[in-house]
Amino acid sequence: MIEVVFGVFLLTLLVITAVAVVRTENLFVAVMLMSIFSLLMAANFFILDAADVALTEAAIGAGITTVIFLGALALTAQREKRSPNGRFATLGVISVLAALMIWATFDKPRLGDPDAPVHQHVAPWYLEQTPELMGIPNVVTAVLGSFRGYDTLGEVFVVFAACIGVLFVLSAGQGLDRGLFAPDPESEGLRHHLIPKVVGRLLVPFIVLFGLYVQFHGEYGPGGGFQAGAIIATGVILYALLEGEASALNALPRSVLLGMVVGGALLYTGVGVAGMLLGGNFLDYSVLMSDPVIGQQVGIVLIEAGVGITVCGSLLSIFHAFAAREAR
Amino acid sequence: MELLGYFNYWVFAIVFAIGLYAVIAKLNLIKKLLGLAIFQSAVFLMYITMDKVEGGTAPIIQKGIEGQLYSNPLPQVLILTAIVVGVSMTAMGLAIVVRIKEAYGTIEEDEILDSDHTA
Repeated sequence: MIEVVFGVFLLTLLVITAVAVVRTENLFVAVMLMSIFSLLMAANFFILDAADVALTEAAIGAGITTVIFLGALALTAQREKRSPNGRFATLGVISVLAALMIWATFDKPRLGDPDAPVHQHVAPWYLEQTPELMGIPNVVTAVLGSFRGYDTLGEVFVVFAACIGVLFVLSAGQGLDRGLFAPDPESEGLRHHLIPKVVGRLLVPFIVLFGLYVQFHGEYGPGGGFQAGAIIATGVILYALLEGEASALNALPRSVLLGMVVGGALLYTGVGVAGMLLGGNFLDYSVLMSDPVIGQQVGIVLIEAGVGITVCGSLLSIFHAFAAREAR
Repeated sequence: MELLGYFNYWVFAIVFAIGLYAVIAKLNLIKKLLGLAIFQSAVFLMYITMDKVEGGTAPIIQKGIEGQLYSNPLPQVLILTAIVVGVSMTAMGLAIVVRIKEAYGTIEEDEILDSDHTA
């Protein structure tokens, strides 16, 4: 009961925030509200038993996406110009669409209905077989890493392609030395603001440590490569904001980041090919060790590491691509 | 009480509509991308709503606990990866918006189209 009340409260806040994001003309405010929207969404996911998804949404939606949006805002505009007329026609059409969709929801099974079709098909099989075949408690990680390993490989290459794309679009025709956060090296970052400096410096190692925990504990609790990559990237971005972009690039140069992007994807593919060489199918981990269950676990740990490395490298490369570009 | 079981889906429909409205009606390109992100999140909410089983818990199976219901892990896996695709797409879109700003001096759609027509 209390869960339902809490859910309704959070979802109402979610709608209000979404309206506010669309209505405000200040883009900075809109991006900040969007971050709150993501955090509310993450809380909702958690209430709905999706711990892994909640962690991903909090790290990526509320964290990284906001930073990338802010980087883009610094290069474009702070305010939106007033929209012209013709909004009412759109509003009318959209309202009809929303009403139709709400009407359609009455055919859907109720929230939490155990007899809903979605729970009848293959889901029970995964819940039953995961402990036997994989020997790891987190079913989401098992499905992500092994049962549907092909899809996750595709996902890693989407991130890879997006990173390459952003670098191509943003790095063209421009010296890389002068960055957004570095007008002059003495005052760069937040070095002269005492409280962010002290608190931030304390936080960075713990954020990275937590990222590593999420990475290597992903088989036992909520977490895994996607979340860990994003959390570690957040830690490094915080360091870049505090100490200036140049210091962050000193610690993790661009070439290392690109190496991470490629290396993670290669590690994932390499595990798949190793399975083939040992006589199994592509991405069949059970042949990696003499005991198939241990083999699955080794395979999942390795590919999760590949995912984490690629995601972390990509997100940081994208951040630096935005940060290094000068506003014109 | 019975109707509250549909509340998540209503919120999905409304947030979905709000996002779609921003994509269609707003002329500012960054606002359009924010709208697209809202639109996406609404779909995530719908999928995650479907995974919930009454009395269930997150699908992390503890040894020695019998008879525990678990929520459906499959929508969670789908949406977990979709969130990562979402951030990739947003980053790519924003990179293109930055280049548009540099080429046209504006990120308002009508002004971009105007300068295309006069040129």
